[in-house]
Amino acid sequence: MAEPNGNVILEVQDLKKHFPIKRGFLNKVVGQVKAVDGVSFQVPTGTTLGLVGESGCGKTTTSRCILRAISPTGGKVLFHDEKLGVVDVVTADKATLRQLRLNMQLIFQDPFSSLNPRMTLLDIVGEPLIINRVARGRAVEERVAELLARVGLRPEYMRRYPHAFSGGQRQRIGIARALALNPRLVVADEPVSALDVSIQAQTLNLLQDLQAEFNLSYIFVAHDLSVVQHISDNVAVMYVGRLVEYATNEELFFNPKHPYTEALLSSVRRPDPLSKRERIVLEGDVPDPSHPPTGCYFHPRCRYAKDICQSETPPLLEVSPGHMAACHFATELTLQGVG
Amino acid sequence: MSLLSRPAGNKKVPIPVPEEKLKEGTPKEQVFVASQWQLMWWRFRKHHLAILGTSLIAVFYLLAIFCEFLSPYDPNAFERRYTFVPPQAIHFFHEGVWEGPFIYGLERARDPETYLITYQPDTEVRYPVEFFVQGDSYKMWGLLESSRHLFGLSSDVNARGLRIYLLGTDRLGRDMFSRVLYGARISLSIGLIGVFLSFVIGIFMGGISGYFGGMPDLIIQRIIEFLRSIPTIPLWMGLSAALPRDWSSLQRYFAIVLLLSLIGWTGLARVVRGRFLAVREEDYVTAALLQNASEARIILRHMLPSFFSYIIASLTLAIPGMILGETSLSFLGLGLRPPIISWGVLLQEAQNLQTVALAPWLLIPAIFVVIAILSFNFMGDGLRDAADPYKR
Amino acid sequence: MANDEILLDVKGLKTQFALEEGTVRAVDGVDFTVKRGKTLCVVGESGCGKSVTARAILGIVPSPGKVVDGQMLFYKEDENGSVRPIDLATLRPNGQEIRSIRGAEISMVFQEPMTSFSPVYKIGHQIREPILIHQQVSKAEAREIAIDMLRRCGLPRPERVFDQYPWELSGGMRQRAMIARALVCRPSLLIADEPTTALDVTTETQILELMKELQDELGMAILFITHDLGVVAEVAEEVIVMYLGKVVERADVISLFYEAKHPYTQALLRSIPTISKERRHRLDTIEGMVPDPYNVPSGCPFHPRCPAFMPGICDVIEPPIYALEKGHLARCHLYNEELVGNVMDEPASS
Repeated sequence: MAEPNGNVILEVQDLKKHFPIKRGFLNKVVGQVKAVDGVSFQVPTGTTLGLVGESGCGKTTTSRCILRAISPTGGKVLFHDEKLGVVDVVTADKATLRQLRLNMQLIFQDPFSSLNPRMTLLDIVGEPLIINRVARGRAVEERVAELLARVGLRPEYMRRYPHAFSGGQRQRIGIARALALNPRLVVADEPVSALDVSIQAQTLNLLQDLQAEFNLSYIFVAHDLSVVQHISDNVAVMYVGRLVEYATNEELFFNPKHPYTEALLSSVRRPDPLSKRERIVLEGDVPDPSHPPTGCYFHPRCRYAKDICQSETPPLLEVSPGHMAACHFATELTLQGVG
Repeated sequence: MSLLSRPAGNKKVPIPVPEEKLKEGTPKEQVFVASQWQLMWWRFRKHHLAILGTSLIAVFYLLAIFCEFLSPYDPNAFERRYTFVPPQAIHFFHEGVWEGPFIYGLERARDPETYLITYQPDTEVRYPVEFFVQGDSYKMWGLLESSRHLFGLSSDVNARGLRIYLLGTDRLGRDMFSRVLYGARISLSIGLIGVFLSFVIGIFMGGISGYFGGMPDLIIQRIIEFLRSIPTIPLWMGLSAALPRDWSSLQRYFAIVLLLSLIGWTGLARVVRGRFLAVREEDYVTAALLQNASEARIILRHMLPSFFSYIIASLTLAIPGMILGETSLSFLGLGLRPPIISWGVLLQEAQNLQTVALAPWLLIPAIFVVIAILSFNFMGDGLRDAADPYKR
Repeated sequence: MANDEILLDVKGLKTQFALEEGTVRAVDGVDFTVKRGKTLCVVGESGCGKSVTARAILGIVPSPGKVVDGQMLFYKEDENGSVRPIDLATLRPNGQEIRSIRGAEISMVFQEPMTSFSPVYKIGHQIREPILIHQQVSKAEAREIAIDMLRRCGLPRPERVFDQYPWELSGGMRQRAMIARALVCRPSLLIADEPTTALDVTTETQILELMKELQDELGMAILFITHDLGVVAEVAEEVIVMYLGKVVERADVISLFYEAKHPYTQALLRSIPTISKERRHRLDTIEGMVPDPYNVPSGCPFHPRCPAFMPGICDVIEPPIYALEKGHLARCHLYNEELVGNVMDEPASS
């Protein structure tokens, strides 16, 4: 939506991650799972990009590739750093990567696995400060206290271990750790999907407040469309490792151009028993990414599919300014949005 | 314990909380700031058998460490006149009157039919058991010279050639009690040293395997599979038969330890590798990586602590195997040999049917072996259950 | 309003877990009724006791939990059409009688389709099992019944699925097979414990549609347990809202969403994001966390988080259930005119 000064913090170009399938005694490579297969998008500074899709669509792999927690097979991840200029995360050397990681952090889905149970909050939140020589001694404690207070936890708790906290509180600890180094880009991988409804709202509000306060940019990976619509400025929809649609929040939710997006939107459930809308019930399952269908990956389940969809892969093209869709009939179809 | 089957978000880890830490049903601050080792201890404490096992092991090791002082006699000192003496009882009352600890005299007689020597308590004579008595001189741990023993008969009784035999004597009239204590020192230390060596090899090989993966992992795994597929007893037999005959007892001792750990490391390496692979997938390791933590820091600060307790538990469970290995080898005459005393060596002397029938007390070392093994297993079970207090 | 409409009548159900940390009153005096052929939703956050309630009905509360009090009258229909109530609470947990009901009269669909089938038996074997236990039919007939049910549950090529192992199916297909197994004996009550939580949205849509179709076709009642209010709005006819082991509100689905009475329900409804053009407003939240189940607050368990908290009342007196118009029930002191009146007066006098 809004692009303050038109500044972009991150550009992803044709990102690919293929996992080899190994079999047998000597681990022979017998195939490839194209978990991420040519994904491109941009994140304007200070905005939130929502990355949506169903399980196995490659959204989590994409988020890990952006931070190079796993190494991509191909493509570019261009980070616009204040000091270093435009740097490609994929090919950056070790020293540059260390610099870059001060500016990019990750918030995890699982509030249990993401915190080392054997470390106190002080150690967990203070670790990035110590490793990167940002602070030492008393200064670490002060900064940790400040961070804990900022995410809504009492600083007195810093001597406690994670087992003293509930899921929602643990997620706050994870957020405090991610913010410790004052990053500019935060990748949040399903940060609220493991939380209860009431805790989910608190966490979303916190993320929004922090964004406003520190001018953060978010990549928000999620499967819950209501949450994504609530928090995102732009939204990218993934299906079997590929981007099928990319647009501003309003365009995507109210004027979708890809039949898969339409089906996803129709399956959003509203807390309103009187809104009995017609649902598009998709046939079959999400295809196995190691054996995807020919042509458009969505064609076996698409109610608008024609012959061309079976044979030719549709490119991601601009349908209207800023609105991209990968469908042969994106301009012809009239699809139903939300509402 | 997914008792309320809640969605993942609020699943509280069942932390073992001791009752005194509970006030009106809420865990106190003390629990919130409890470290891994405290939580483990609280959980371990609940495992009664493990506590019993641990206490027994502690007692056994104390016996082994101070065996020179605790045993009344030199284990190799023999007394021709008293061969195959059955265990003597310590009495406290003589004809209903308190006398303090004492033993009755021994009446030696020859069975008129079988011509075997038998011993009967002679209730006419009483020898009081005294503490901190002078006796055979020894060098404690080969360093401190002394001749004081915890208990025994007074020196003038000693001089008359009379002895106290709590567990009887063997065919040469050596005191079994002293021999069992000295044997404990060898047998129990073999377990410890052997496990320590396996631990070093195991953690090294398992660490390489788990951390690097790929080709090194493949090779190490195949080696482990190969080693584990060899039947152990024949392998040990072959290897120990290959030991030069003229080696000293000490050389032989270390050679046997090395043999035992050569096989023992494989199990440990697998545990280490498995834990490595499991912990590497934890999000907090990824988080540390993204914060520029060095590999050394990730391993030492995040990975090792999380499986250290598992390693201790499997080490404990590996010790009985070592002890049994030594005992079996020595029993078969392939391990340690006299004059070294180990439980296996002692049992070897009880090998023939005749001694078992005539002097069943020579099998007492086997009871010690069983108790030690069981204790280690109980303790290991307890440790294993307590190893991960954060398990969901 | 005839009594024969009622299929299951739960009164004062209490379930407790004796844990090291203390006794957890997972279900603490729950009342509700399930009507024949209707859908009742049980909604609440984690730890509210909704799953334990469902398991109590089938007598499968996980150890160390125990049903300690209450009645669960199940109105079972005989072959000759007469209805007689059986109190499920008094049946022995593994006795003959509960087993003749479990799987035949009442069956259950679980959240995790991966672990609710045994991986070592074929799907067909596991679906045929309840038929062979509860009905006098041959194996071949049971196979026919099972395949028919798989077909009704929308599994393509059911004959093939019959001979497949659970891990050969996708999550959505496995959940369909799970429903087929639950319905194969034509139960009068289906308990569905978060049946779509582990599934993707498009698959969730498929499963919910399927359950609706099957209910129309087979006429069973559904006790649907979920934390997702969007799902509730779609499937429920009646709803009970649970908080810390207690029912705080009961209403028909439209009243619940349009005229929620309990502050907890109201806050819950306000806290979920909904898709709308005017975004970027902050979400309304419920303050604080769900308390530890072994440390339930005094009085009304919701009072520490309640926006309408009345000091001296809510933290002292446990609110009873108040019956409001149209069968709407709420467990909140706001509906006691005497108490509310006193509070209103107090600030003025001080």
